[in-house]
Amino acid sequence: MPRPVSYFSQKFLLCKPRREILTLLYNLRVSFRKSWRNYSTDKPSEFLFISWIRYDIILLMKSLKILKQLDIVSQCRKYGLSLWQCPQFLFLIMGIIIILTGLVAYAIGNRYVAEPEIVALIVIGITLILFIIAFTITNSFERLTEANRMKSEFISVVSHQLRTPLSNLSWAAELLMSGKLGKIEKKQTEYFKILKENSTRMGELVKDLLIVSRLETKTLSFTNKEFDLSEIVKKLIWEFTTFAKASNVDLKFKAPKKLSKVWADSFQIKLVIENLLDNSIRYIKDKGEVQMRLEQRGNKIYFEIKDNGVGIPKNDQKYIFQKFFRSENIMKYQTQGSGLGLYIAKSIIEKSGGKIGFISQEGKGSTFWFTLPITS
Amino acid sequence: MKTVLFIEDESALQKTFGDILKDEGYKMISALDGESGLRIAKTEKPDLILLDLILPKVHGFEVLKELKEDKETKDIPIIVLTNLEGMGDVEKALELGATTYLVKASYSLEEVMEKIKKTIGD
Repeated sequence: MPRPVSYFSQKFLLCKPRREILTLLYNLRVSFRKSWRNYSTDKPSEFLFISWIRYDIILLMKSLKILKQLDIVSQCRKYGLSLWQCPQFLFLIMGIIIILTGLVAYAIGNRYVAEPEIVALIVIGITLILFIIAFTITNSFERLTEANRMKSEFISVVSHQLRTPLSNLSWAAELLMSGKLGKIEKKQTEYFKILKENSTRMGELVKDLLIVSRLETKTLSFTNKEFDLSEIVKKLIWEFTTFAKASNVDLKFKAPKKLSKVWADSFQIKLVIENLLDNSIRYIKDKGEVQMRLEQRGNKIYFEIKDNGVGIPKNDQKYIFQKFFRSENIMKYQTQGSGLGLYIAKSIIEKSGGKIGFISQEGKGSTFWFTLPITS
Repeated sequence: MKTVLFIEDESALQKTFGDILKDEGYKMISALDGESGLRIAKTEKPDLILLDLILPKVHGFEVLKELKEDKETKDIPIIVLTNLEGMGDVEKALELGATTYLVKASYSLEEVMEKIKKTIGD
């Protein structure tokens, strides 16, 4: 039987429209599954055929990935650099020059072998060109690093500058609402409330942006000490009671009486649980329940938070800890949110020597968990 | 009547605190930069100082250091009220002698007033 690699490879490469490629892959998958079901030990050739198809698909997928990486123009566009400032493009040019000069040097060397000065001059000339290209590449890397540093600095400066007017606004609204400056009408209170709520919302976003900026510039301070994680959870449950009641959500918490203390920054860990708890309550549709529990697993403390909310679609699950990512189904229920909470949570837990993860089913709910080291 | 010196360059905040402190029965004196803050603290000797850190002329940390080194003013409680929350800022302020460090964005006006009352007494 002829090996099917060439057939599928050719067909794959020839059919340009994406839909066709996807259909072909789908058909391959279906035929593979069907053949697998029919597979028995007395049909070794069929099994071999399946292995070849699998091998072919893996090869094609790998080639596609490499091809994607070779798309230098779009890669350079991603950085916002012109081609002649883009390291990938310059590396490619350098490679081509090295190959061409090798060939030219060989040809010239063959012809002028009696005059080594010419060959030496050519080598010096080529080295000079390569030196200039290498210098430009280094320069481009420097620009990219500088651009990244400036981006973080920009976020930091803007966030700081935004914080002051936001505090002014929020406190002024609070003072007006308190009635200490004179009696206010019910209708006015409603509008002051809108002012206060929106400035708080902006304040939260600015706070998250500042944390992200500090995480990226490695300037977020961690003051590790031992503390009781269950105390933090209880405190947060108390703080979230009003929000949970307003959202028709019951908060439950279970922890063993004797639990080792954890070694981390209590302020940052509080922020993580706050983010997880806020998400759990926020993404419960009408009414529901959030269950939290703590337990000791070896030299780690395990924290779990389970809700019966909207859940995360399978396709979105791999992106959930990415910066600014917001799941599509979540946008249907709750448009508010920056998509930074889980990114911050993951960064903080990993910096504290723990692990974080989740399981989720769309329409059924999500369970997020993390571990933290106990005090040694 | 107890006196509070508010060293803060934001006039909007000066106004807000002026009104709320008056309502709570305190007298507030304003200073819009670090230099005048230091001068007023030494002449008026208030019962409490509310101090921002990013200030014109003299930085808040310098003001704090100088006030805590001066025999005349070292016992005046100082609440740092700022939005500066960088690495080591809190530790530095507390080491220099600040009574409390409050990040503006993390507290409501009512919470700040509670801290003031707790520090100064009614």
